[in-house]
Amino acid sequence: MKIRTMAGLPLAALTGSLLLGVTAATAADPIKIGVLEDQSGDFAAATLVKVHAIELATEEINKAGGIAGRPIELVVYDTQSDNTRYQEFMRRVLQRDKVDVVFAGFSSASREAYRPIVNQFDGFAFYNNQYEGGVCDANMVVTGAVPEQQFSTLIPWMMETYGKKVYTIAADYNFGQISAEWVRNIVKENGGEMVGEEFIPLGVSQFSQTIQNIQSAKPDFVVTLLVGTAQASYYEQAAAASVGLPMASSVNVGQGYEHKRFTPPSLKDMYVTTNYIEEVDSPASKAFLDKFRAKFPDEPYVNQEAANSYIAINLYKQMVERAGGSTAREDLRKVIAAGDVCFDGPSGKVCLDPKSQHMSHTIFLAKVNDTHGIEFPKVWEDIKPYWLGDAGCDLTKNDPSEQYTPSNPPPKP
Amino acid sequence: MDALGAIFASLYQFGDAFAFLVLSACGLAIIFGMMGVINLAHGEFIMCGAYVTVMANRAGLPLPVAVLAGAVVAGAIGVLVERLVIRHLYARPLDTIVATWGISLIATQGTLIVLGSTMTGVGTPLGSFELAGNSYSTYRLVLMGSAVAVLVLLYLFFNKTRFGVLARATIQVPHMAEALGVDTRLIYAMTFGIGAGLAGLTGGLYAPTMTMVPTMGTTFIMEAFVTVVVGGADVFLGTAPAAAALAIVKASLTSWYGQLFGQIGLLIAVILVIRLLPRGVSGFLLRERA
Repeated sequence: MKIRTMAGLPLAALTGSLLLGVTAATAADPIKIGVLEDQSGDFAAATLVKVHAIELATEEINKAGGIAGRPIELVVYDTQSDNTRYQEFMRRVLQRDKVDVVFAGFSSASREAYRPIVNQFDGFAFYNNQYEGGVCDANMVVTGAVPEQQFSTLIPWMMETYGKKVYTIAADYNFGQISAEWVRNIVKENGGEMVGEEFIPLGVSQFSQTIQNIQSAKPDFVVTLLVGTAQASYYEQAAAASVGLPMASSVNVGQGYEHKRFTPPSLKDMYVTTNYIEEVDSPASKAFLDKFRAKFPDEPYVNQEAANSYIAINLYKQMVERAGGSTAREDLRKVIAAGDVCFDGPSGKVCLDPKSQHMSHTIFLAKVNDTHGIEFPKVWEDIKPYWLGDAGCDLTKNDPSEQYTPSNPPPKP
Repeated sequence: MDALGAIFASLYQFGDAFAFLVLSACGLAIIFGMMGVINLAHGEFIMCGAYVTVMANRAGLPLPVAVLAGAVVAGAIGVLVERLVIRHLYARPLDTIVATWGISLIATQGTLIVLGSTMTGVGTPLGSFELAGNSYSTYRLVLMGSAVAVLVLLYLFFNKTRFGVLARATIQVPHMAEALGVDTRLIYAMTFGIGAGLAGLTGGLYAPTMTMVPTMGTTFIMEAFVTVVVGGADVFLGTAPAAAALAIVKASLTSWYGQLFGQIGLLIAVILVIRLLPRGVSGFLLRERA
């Protein structure tokens, strides 16, 4: 590829650019994808694998001839679980490296830190993480699962199975606060009762008092929306104190593979809704896992964000090819607006919703048993990311670039 | 019975917070409080102790021995770090901040590269007991006992043994001690090593209750510095009362308003102490430099 570019006559290139626009002139130039993920710091355990998934997808696509004949070139920076690094590196990939698209972010705090910069430079970014939902922004594509996919399935199921008294402990930042709001609303809609709610600052690792508060409130199950490795110490400490309550979560297991990191049975009766984990027993999942282990034999766990990152690269490839090789964001959004950008990947068939630019998912209910094996008591097929669209976000018509929550929905026209 | 349960619950929470503050701070109290070296790598000595403990336990050593192994390895690394880096910076206290911060970054990133982003823990031993409807982890009582034992042993060690007297003399007036024939370089190295070893002990003790990641040390840092700063000039008579007072603040605020307010309470306490008892902090720093 490189050689052909070098050998191409400057005159031909010049004429090309004059006649056919930038796309044709750079036909053999690589498509640059910026990758900003936490490869060190508090979140690294869950996010190193995302970088590997992107490398795997890139290698496959490049071997098969690239995207519209152009190879992918990754521009990777380690954001160190630090929001200010996201801002620095987002400016760098958009201004200096001039990437075509950016794949970025784990925590919602980091996403909200970099999103204004993507808007400022009118870039295009994929956020491949499950999150608290509500981002209505034409510069963003979100491939992770959102509350209507994770909580509207999980919480009613838990209440039916275990009872209606719920206690939430959540990480104290936008993800935890907004997710807890979703849980609160769903519990109320289903006739349940919140017997307690506590928000834990990131980085807290000692939970004696929290455990005692939970025990005094006597809930039927605990919703754990804890983030980061420090907070993950909760499970070990709760198990040591024999709390013995079932737990429900949108982030554990599927993200931080706590069932692999802790000694059984500390995560017994943890229920998680996830769109992918390596235990998913389907031929597509097995094939994905085999490819992953072949390239990265030491990978501790292939989580849902790995699958989402892998899917995201393939969706991006499809969009660019359907846009005739253009990487211009508006051309790609026209493809998304067609409503049939779908990919049959490790987690089954997923499609992008044009109104919110979020993705549909098959949602697996994963249950951790007493030996930390995974069972799937229930699977919800093809759950759409409907909330934003129903609430009034329609990116095909306008671009508010806002994050909405149930208590702060899009303004009614 | 209910009242008894409530009293026990409060005592347990107080003891738990006290143990965490004392054990977080004890290594730092020696290195920062006594020697005046602002050791930003304190958390990494804790992490080192925790990792060694888990590895030793997995290799077949019983947990108490594994914890001691963690402390010994962290202490040995402490002596090494003192010889190679800290020794040259005693006269430049501000530069030690940069040097120890660098060591901390290298240790965290090095562990990440060599041992990976996480490690499976060993699980909390000893199970739980029940009282008045609540269940409690028995191992937490071991942590409380260890904290008290560490305080007592440190006091005896630095006040009743020959080495302790030499160490305090060396740190107070190094030239005079040297003139009297004390090998001050050895004393400095050993004292730093003891501080690092105590940090390793803390890591080992908390390893069964926590997530094993390279950044685990940072969760101790805030509590450690807060306790030492509040403890002020006298390490041994400072750390214990400081930890007790802070544990009351933290445990009661956490039980009434949640973890966030527990943390806020700690930081406000430190601000108040610095404002009202400035000698608690600057007093001893100035004395060390004299």
